[in-house]
Amino acid sequence: MTLESIAFGGLAVVLLASALAVVLTRNLFHSVLYLALSLVATAGLFLSLDAEFLAAIQLLLYAGGVVTIVVFAIVVTERLVGDRITQTSRQLLAGFGIAGALLVAIIAVFRRAPLTIPRPPMSGDLTRTIGESVLTTYVLPFELLGVLFLVALVGALYFARPDD
Amino acid sequence: MTLQAYLTLAAMLFCIGLFGVMTRRNTIGILLGIELMLNAVNINLVAFARFRGDVAGMVFTVFTICITVAEVALGLALVILIYRIRRTAVADHLDLLRG
Repeated sequence: MTLESIAFGGLAVVLLASALAVVLTRNLFHSVLYLALSLVATAGLFLSLDAEFLAAIQLLLYAGGVVTIVVFAIVVTERLVGDRITQTSRQLLAGFGIAGALLVAIIAVFRRAPLTIPRPPMSGDLTRTIGESVLTTYVLPFELLGVLFLVALVGALYFARPDD
Repeated sequence: MTLQAYLTLAAMLFCIGLFGVMTRRNTIGILLGIELMLNAVNINLVAFARFRGDVAGMVFTVFTICITVAEVALGLALVILIYRIRRTAVADHLDLLRG
């Protein structure tokens, strides 16, 4: 067993356990904290795929930004202490059946077409390559992303305006 | 690790997220499930990009992460707005359009 497979196994266990906790725990606030854990574990997976830049923005935007916004929304819509914050689930059996069936179907597809591509050796600095292609080949989607953020900002401000 | 291992892990994560989306009653809980599903897709994109030696998948991941952040911000703004009007964050109570 190599160090790499041990790291992958550990990250996979943390990721799946925290993801299950996100969907199963009754306390909504704990749910968000488990989501933060699973996002950090995903950043670790990105590191194991040599994508340091993506791991960094995963931590900054997801684990930092998204979790903060969700916690804020919970504080606004629920009382942090007390029984309001507990959430119930419905149709657990049906949900489990559909999700399980989908998982079985995806794994069956993998089995039919085994992907045995060897992992190519690293070539150059991935962060530099990502930066260069964002500003050359993918410059139009990059600019559109700026427009999207502007729209999201204006939209969020519009929703959050005080009643008049 | 093989590509298959990453894809299987992402498939499991996606199904857990789907389970959360289908079973949660609270709107914020549903959004958390969507986050898990998007995360699984990101893992797939990065894994394919790394194993094919093509950086396009990673650029795509940068875009999906940014779009997800905008989506969460707007989604939660909607949740807060609905909460202000209807005093509830439970998806089942939002049946204004029920015939």
